[in-house]
Amino acid sequence: MLNYIIKRFLGMIPVLFGVSIVSFAVISLAPGRFSSLDQAMNPKVSAQYQMRLNRAFNLDKPVHVRYFLWLKDLARLDLGRSFVDNRPVAAKILERVPVTVGINALSLLVVFLVAIPVGIRAATKEGGAFDTATAVFSFVMLSVPAFWLALLLMQLFCIHLGWLPISGLHSLDFDYFPPVRRFLDVAWHLILPVFVSSVAGLAVISRYMRSSILEALQQPYIYTALAKGLPQRTVLYKHALRNALLPIVTLAGLSIPGLLGGSVIFESIFALPGLGQLFFQAVMARDIPLIMAEVVLGALLTVAGNLIADISYACVDPRIRYK
Amino acid sequence: MNVSQRSLKRLPALLVVFLFLTAAQAGAKDYGDAIVSASVADARNLIPMLASDSASAEISGMIFNGLVKYDKDLNLCGDLAESWEIREGGLVIVFHLRKGVRWQDGQPFTAQDVEFTYKKMIDPDVRTPYAGDFERVKSLEAVDDHTVRVTYKEPFAPGLASWGMSIVPKHLLDGKDLNTTEFSRRPVGTGPYVLKKWKVQEKIELASNRDYFEHRPYIDRAITRVIPDESTIFLELQTQGLDSAGLTPLQFSRQTDTAFFKKYYRKFRLPGFNYTYMGYNLKDPRFADKRVRQALNLAVDKKEIIDVVLLGFGQVSTGPFVSQSWAYNHDVEAAGFDPGRSRALLAEAGWKDVNNDGWIEKDGRAFEFTLVTNQGNEQRQKTAQIIQRRLKDIGIRMKIKVVEWSVFLSEYIDRRDFEAILLGWSVPREPDIYDIWHSGRTRQGEFNFIGYKNDEVDRLLVEGRRVFDQGERQRIYRRIHRLIYDDQPYMFLFTSESLSVLHNRFQEVKPEAAGIGYNFIEWWVPRQQQKYTILQ
Repeated sequence: MLNYIIKRFLGMIPVLFGVSIVSFAVISLAPGRFSSLDQAMNPKVSAQYQMRLNRAFNLDKPVHVRYFLWLKDLARLDLGRSFVDNRPVAAKILERVPVTVGINALSLLVVFLVAIPVGIRAATKEGGAFDTATAVFSFVMLSVPAFWLALLLMQLFCIHLGWLPISGLHSLDFDYFPPVRRFLDVAWHLILPVFVSSVAGLAVISRYMRSSILEALQQPYIYTALAKGLPQRTVLYKHALRNALLPIVTLAGLSIPGLLGGSVIFESIFALPGLGQLFFQAVMARDIPLIMAEVVLGALLTVAGNLIADISYACVDPRIRYK
Repeated sequence: MNVSQRSLKRLPALLVVFLFLTAAQAGAKDYGDAIVSASVADARNLIPMLASDSASAEISGMIFNGLVKYDKDLNLCGDLAESWEIREGGLVIVFHLRKGVRWQDGQPFTAQDVEFTYKKMIDPDVRTPYAGDFERVKSLEAVDDHTVRVTYKEPFAPGLASWGMSIVPKHLLDGKDLNTTEFSRRPVGTGPYVLKKWKVQEKIELASNRDYFEHRPYIDRAITRVIPDESTIFLELQTQGLDSAGLTPLQFSRQTDTAFFKKYYRKFRLPGFNYTYMGYNLKDPRFADKRVRQALNLAVDKKEIIDVVLLGFGQVSTGPFVSQSWAYNHDVEAAGFDPGRSRALLAEAGWKDVNNDGWIEKDGRAFEFTLVTNQGNEQRQKTAQIIQRRLKDIGIRMKIKVVEWSVFLSEYIDRRDFEAILLGWSVPREPDIYDIWHSGRTRQGEFNFIGYKNDEVDRLLVEGRRVFDQGERQRIYRRIHRLIYDDQPYMFLFTSESLSVLHNRFQEVKPEAAGIGYNFIEWWVPRQQQKYTILQ
């Protein structure tokens, strides 16, 4: 097992290299140029200024030279400074991580905590009222665009009923609140965003869970278990569920890179200071150091997520053993 | 004597009573409360000379002061400078600084700070976009603690307005690298507000500077929330979560026409400092012909565009200035909408529908061109479609291409690789438009990207920079306005109004040519109406 993990780790290195080379090339070859967007059309800004910036950011050098300069910095764990405001890229990313990861982790938790039991229930009462209701709910929620749902919910809960805040993470006077109230304040602000961001996942995972259980229940060993007189509950939760969880574990593993991926639209609507906005603006401004940091981070997490999924297979599935 | 005459006679007495009442009220202005507004983007850098985005400029403008500023009527007046003298035919400007001004950390403000700011402005290692105007200064001398003498290489009238650049404190920044210093996140200025808290991409909170040299502002806190989505901003208004916000024409005319908005908000419709235009590539032989450009101008109904795209919240633009500016020439009349004359002019220039296919030709080639504009501006895209339709009526086939901003700049503007573009300029208070219209400003990275050249305009642009007398400058810029409109290098389309709402608990908000923000430190809220009352 340990050998296997080490081998997989070594295998990650060329993958990450490849990803970084391709992304660097793509960003550099894409049309458009770095400019502080607001100033690009300000007649008070001289052409020399843009040239000075290009020199400061090495944009006057050929692509391969820039790539190696970037790689050299990366080797020292320096992600560089953002073109836009000259702050270290690592700091810019880190200050946004808690919000994005927090919301994503919460919604992932909600998704799995709710979807798994819902899926099981729907599968055991296949074709029943509960199954039908959740099926309809799933299809509706999967088809509704998140931003539209968000706006409708805001209209209802925030404007008509006045129960929830519309946007942001904190009340304006948050800093003057005592600790308990601060906690409640954040929780209150999180209800809508977490709900909206888990809806699609909820729909997908509960359906997966349902079909997965149904499939497991068709297996010969289930009949064997039932035949030897095991109680229904034991058969379902001990034998069928463990096997049915396999695809769910894969999905969970694949969601790991998603933890750091903020949705631009979602963050805009709820005015959340997350990573999605940061990276979107970076792409629009051709802020190469920030874009590269994001790409590398994304690649790293994807590869790591796959590895974690593979390892957890071994834990859930007795048939899988790595050597 | 009839009734109205009698009441007229009594008017002075009433006026006295009225003035007395307002004076009494003015004496009782309450301190406190907060104003909450929204910005679609977070600030980037609060060092004014490095702030290249409007969000940063807005915030740093409340923390810092320049030597001069614009008053409510758009005239230059003193800010950190009490007065100034222009000497030696404009070669020298002497600023007399206010005495007793202190930085927000208690240190006195002196001429040394002005000198320091100037040195940083022209330092090639400081990444400021605004060095241009200051590179024309030959020398700057701090005569004493409260006098600064600026000598220019040659008289440069726009230079005076350039001293509106915020002054930064020498004692905190000397020896620091401005590009990377933490001061950009923790600024200390001389202005009416102090930075209290900056939560990245969430909010910036300013607190009033109780020792501000004019007087303590009445509103205690100014909070700017970052809300990137415009529909969320509008929803927040509906719960009174925001006190002020800009509106789209649709929101202004329909969506805010409700009892709720009438009860809690005041709407403002203010003249805009901008114009939208269609620019021709004058190197293109078709557009090099002035008659063709005039014909196109006659074929497009600007009123129609304003009514459809702006729902009427705009004015027809006739040149590079806006009507509230002293440089604007009110005698220049828009050519109007006249497709008949347009066709006649085109025919005169050789463009006729020879083969009767509905499109005009010259030397066997149909008149066809592409208008390029940037993505993300719906108003421009709708405008383009209306122009397309109107040009079709006179037999010109126009295609529309919408590209992302960054690509638009690098592939089309930088390379001058376009036939026509649809863009807008924001119009600064200082009318010097040399950089956009002078024929020497056509290289890459410069702003006469359409390649305009008119010898008289060139001469006047240079003259406008050398003359300080406003009457004389007015004559020059009005002439420029006239010449440019006659030449039609752009098809001037419209100036859009700035539409906004403000919560109606704020008192003493008086719209003027400069907008409403010019007297922000006078705004106040009566105690019983104050909303944010947590004490600091």
